[in-house]
Amino acid sequence: MEKKQVYIYRSFERFWHWMQSILIFFLAFTGFEIHGTYSFFGFREAVRYHNIAAYIFIGLIVFAIFWHLTTGEYKQYIPTFENIKAQLNYYIFGIFRNAPHPTKKTVLSKLNPLQKLTYFGLKILVIPLSVTSGLLYMFYRYPTKRGIEAININTLETIAVFHTIAALLLVVFIIAHLYLITTGHSVTSNLRAMLTGYEELEGDDEPAPAPAENKNEEKSK
Amino acid sequence: MKKIILILSVLGLLIVIAFGTLSQREADPTHLMKLKEEYSRKYTPPVDHSRFAVLKQKFDSPQDVTKACVTCHNTTPHQVMNGNHWNWEREEFVSGRGIIYLGKKNAINNFCIGTTGNEKSCAKCHIGYGMDATDRVYIDSTNIDCLICHDNTETYAKAPEKAGNPDMTLDLNHIAASVGRTKRSNCGVCHFYGGGGNNVKHGDLESAMFEPTTDLDIHMGTDGPNLQCSACHTTRLHNISGKLYSLSSMNISRAFCEDCHTSTPHEDDILNEHTIKVACQSCHIPEYAKENATKMYWDWSTAGRLKDGEPYHEEDSLGNHTYISIKGSFKWERNVKPDYVWFNGTASHYLQGDIIKDPSQITVLNQLHGSYADYDSKIVPVKIHVAKQPYDPVNKILIKPKLYSDRKGEGAFWMDFDWQAAAKIGMRDAGLPFSGKIEFIETAMYWPVNHQVAKKEKSVDCIECHTTENSRLAGLNDFYLPGRDRSEFVDTTGLILIILTLIGIALHASVRIAVHVKNRKRGN
Ligand code: HEM
Repeated sequence: MEKKQVYIYRSFERFWHWMQSILIFFLAFTGFEIHGTYSFFGFREAVRYHNIAAYIFIGLIVFAIFWHLTTGEYKQYIPTFENIKAQLNYYIFGIFRNAPHPTKKTVLSKLNPLQKLTYFGLKILVIPLSVTSGLLYMFYRYPTKRGIEAININTLETIAVFHTIAALLLVVFIIAHLYLITTGHSVTSNLRAMLTGYEELEGDDEPAPAPAENKNEEKSK
Repeated sequence: MKKIILILSVLGLLIVIAFGTLSQREADPTHLMKLKEEYSRKYTPPVDHSRFAVLKQKFDSPQDVTKACVTCHNTTPHQVMNGNHWNWEREEFVSGRGIIYLGKKNAINNFCIGTTGNEKSCAKCHIGYGMDATDRVYIDSTNIDCLICHDNTETYAKAPEKAGNPDMTLDLNHIAASVGRTKRSNCGVCHFYGGGGNNVKHGDLESAMFEPTTDLDIHMGTDGPNLQCSACHTTRLHNISGKLYSLSSMNISRAFCEDCHTSTPHEDDILNEHTIKVACQSCHIPEYAKENATKMYWDWSTAGRLKDGEPYHEEDSLGNHTYISIKGSFKWERNVKPDYVWFNGTASHYLQGDIIKDPSQITVLNQLHGSYADYDSKIVPVKIHVAKQPYDPVNKILIKPKLYSDRKGEGAFWMDFDWQAAAKIGMRDAGLPFSGKIEFIETAMYWPVNHQVAKKEKSVDCIECHTTENSRLAGLNDFYLPGRDRSEFVDTTGLILIILTLIGIALHASVRIAVHVKNRKRGN
């Protein structure tokens, strides 16, 4: 089949992806120092950096949500249960036999079903859990007399435990993700795509793609 | 072009957010400076006492001095005689117990135990003259010792074991001519020596505080603000604010750091948030007994040993008594890290005659109240003093022994070294029953630490509490402390998950590599 260079990740998407990866890495690094896993910056600085990174992360999330909604890209993440088995089969067997990827990566459908499910879970569960528990952690106030008793949170424990769970899940995700990006057409093709925006895809009926910003938008309508 | 604008605007926003967070809001930068200025102003007394004829008369007794003072300060006796320094007791309300009258007059502590029967000796630290076992002293205003608090020559002193009277060889005219506001030296002669020696009781109040450096105490340091006790223990009409919970119970008339420094004194918001639940002292007094050691443990049960029929003493390398025949064995410590407890400003006390149900448990003589869940509680630093002291196992009450007498044969332990006699007479004097049986049980007292505040660079570091190893707050387990606490279950599960992922990746990758190598070979 013919192979073509396709513009698959647009600049905001790439910027968002890399910012997010830096931030999550940094949040995890400072977070686990706060957690007491190791010491590097010192507790006080770790807290300070964690808080700053958290604000930037929230800012980025706001932009990302806006972008996903306005471009309709969010649809990419709506999970489908079709082909999940095929995808699993691919990772467990096919990949060793040099079998083709079971789903075709296209501009309109750049995530395979497993990715859809995972990223959807991240976006709907893990990151919101991390952010809400993080914000509660930040703005948690010890019960005060003047507050309304019913809405006083009487312990930090639940908040902290949920925040830690989210953090651990993200770490597991990062590790798996770092490995799985090597499973593209070539070991580095996924990485290159996220850096340059272009990926060599199996040709399909689409016309030769051009790096025009509006192009995908039109299509996704 | 669009792309560039988008990237630039996103970056711009991030920079704005970063700056906003990085540059911390300035707390009023001049507040501390204002305080420093205010407290460095020199005080000039409004009158010159050396010019008053009434103070030039010949004083035959210390009471004559008081009478002379009162010719001008004619409402003062009333003020003094309503205070606890005079009465040796306060009226306190303890919830669950009601109103109690507690003070040096009737308390049982775990140092020299009690004053009853020992007044002649203990009265060295009473602001009066002529103390005895009766209450007569308290109703005669001429017995007020004005000089012990207002002498500014630093020559006035009470004679030992003279019921509070001074040595009459002192130049009382010179002393009376130079009276003034109280200084550290006035308060210190009693409060630095509580428990019968320097720094025995408090740990943070001792003779080095007469002329401390700012390294020892940032407020009183003579190379710094050189504050006197009364700067913080503000006083109106001889009513002195601030008190210690070895004897007091109610959350009133206290002196707080916040009175000067406000409750949000830091530039850093996160530190300011701490003040909701952490008392200033907890971070700003990293250790106490910084100059001289303080007594941490007192074992009365070994008291009374004699060498060749004579009492003796032993010392440690720093010159602190580790054994004295009249008092027993001691443990001393220097540069002590405080213990920490929740405290809401109220306490309850062991009062004489209270039944101790379980003497195998350590009995707390002054229980500080508080918990994380309690709105008014903060974490405060304390010195915990533990002692083994005499106890009547039949009546289940602590024994108040008679300790002091100037003669042998009156049953005073310090003369006769006979526990039976000392307990019998002491309990009789205190109006308590005594079964004739004596055991020694462990008791503890909690002494909040409030002085010897360190320079701010020396404050307790975040990590000293927020850590799993030897956290200063390791003993306070009724709340979640970030960095110290965690869910072991979540952590272990998380770790297993991470390891499984890594193993999975390793397996998957090695098969991939193996297949790849094989294929290449075949291809070749
Ligand atoms: C917007 C997102 C986030 C916010 C607002 C946030 C906020 C916080 C706050 C306030 C703390 C407590 C610091 C303190 O002790 O004062 C904390 C702790 C922590 N954070 Fe975050 N965080 C966020 C995202 C993340 C992410 C993405 C990770 C990891 C991938 C993470 C990992 C941790 C960990 C492990 C702790 C220590 C929890 C503990 O031991 O109790 N955080 N976070």
